[in-house]
Amino acid sequence: MAVVKLLGTWFSPYGHRVIWALKLKGILYEYIEEDVRNKSPSLLQYNPIHKQVPVLVHGGKPICESTVILQYIDEIWPQNPLLPADPYDRAVALFWIKFADDKGLLMSKLYRGNGEEQQAAVKEWLEMLEVMEEHALIGVKKFFGGDEINMVDIAFSFVAHWLGILEDVLGLEIFKPHKFPRVSSWIQNFKSSPIIKDNLPDADKMSTFLKRGREMMLTSKSN
Amino acid sequence: MAEEVVLLDFWPSPFGMRSRIALAEKGIKYEHKEEDLRNKSALLLQMNPVHKKIPVLIHNGKPVCESLIQVQYIDEVWHDKAPLLPSDPYQKATARFWADYVDKKIYEVGGRVWKTKGEKQATAKKELIETLKLLEKELGDKPYFGGESLGYVDVAFIPFYSWFYALEKCGNFSIEAECPKLIAWAKRCMQKESVAKSLPDQQKVYDFILEMKKHFGIE
Repeated sequence: MAVVKLLGTWFSPYGHRVIWALKLKGILYEYIEEDVRNKSPSLLQYNPIHKQVPVLVHGGKPICESTVILQYIDEIWPQNPLLPADPYDRAVALFWIKFADDKGLLMSKLYRGNGEEQQAAVKEWLEMLEVMEEHALIGVKKFFGGDEINMVDIAFSFVAHWLGILEDVLGLEIFKPHKFPRVSSWIQNFKSSPIIKDNLPDADKMSTFLKRGREMMLTSKSN
Repeated sequence: MAEEVVLLDFWPSPFGMRSRIALAEKGIKYEHKEEDLRNKSALLLQMNPVHKKIPVLIHNGKPVCESLIQVQYIDEVWHDKAPLLPSDPYQKATARFWADYVDKKIYEVGGRVWKTKGEKQATAKKELIETLKLLEKELGDKPYFGGESLGYVDVAFIPFYSWFYALEKCGNFSIEAECPKLIAWAKRCMQKESVAKSLPDQQKVYDFILEMKKHFGIE
């Protein structure tokens, strides 16, 4: 079987999406930690366009962009499918994955924002959570994928784990469980799912790391 | 039951054009409904409650939103004719990557070309040309991004060609001078009936942009 390599970073939700997909399908892979402030020649060679992680390398051939990678993985290794078989259901799943992908940019907006920008970012987060609550999760019992997690659950993972870390770093409370009961229930289910539970970046380590990063960012802004 | 296909659309939208092309490539009969975006129909709000945007493809009463998802859906359901995505998973991933690149770059950067002036516009023009050159490089010597026939990336990208004239006039530059191979590709695509029928006249698009600029108070 061709060798599978994954270039990623320990804190990124996008790299974790690929880790979970590979583990859910029982695929062995070699993980390579990248330093985004000092990108390796391999990364620049494999992803010359965006120069970003994650990159999946399968038999020497690179695949970039986490959603493209997940669909590739799902097609090459069809066991434990991550997307519905029916074309219409698949189109709906892809819609929510795109929504989650677009809203993932809110993590950076929140983290980098200050004052008015931050307030605007918080408002956008709340709007996004409302859409999850009032639209995405309607009819969803345990996971978006039914009894098992699928690509939609994986796509929304930033809400399940990374939002809480950002709230801690910034001293904000954005997600109030009683205001978003369906989201809250989904988060609990997602985070207790076996592959996810054992493969999340440590929250304290991330908090410390992000707090330091934010301090440096704000200091350099004011200088 | 007869197949019922409706497309909620807006004539200058490059995203709507993508779905028009895909439907035409597959020879699918459908009802085209033009939306007034300043006065969105109840149907549009019902079919796309999350974004309230066009295009929306409605197949037997069920909505599919987001143009690239519509193109993939059309390709899967009507798979017996004119395949748009390759069957090889790696080639498919490559096609998806480049369609995603077009999505991330062209609309936003192109928008800045006609919406801004001075230095901001100069920056936008430079970025647009860089983006187009990268796509030109990816095309290489192939007749289409899809190889010998029109494919997913061609469908994703060709609609923006209908906006080139408007961007060139607004930015006072020539895209063909910078990217001749890309323009050759675009003209090749325009020879296909499915594309020619789906793209609006470039002058019409320019008039529309001028109206938008007036409306937003951009000189």
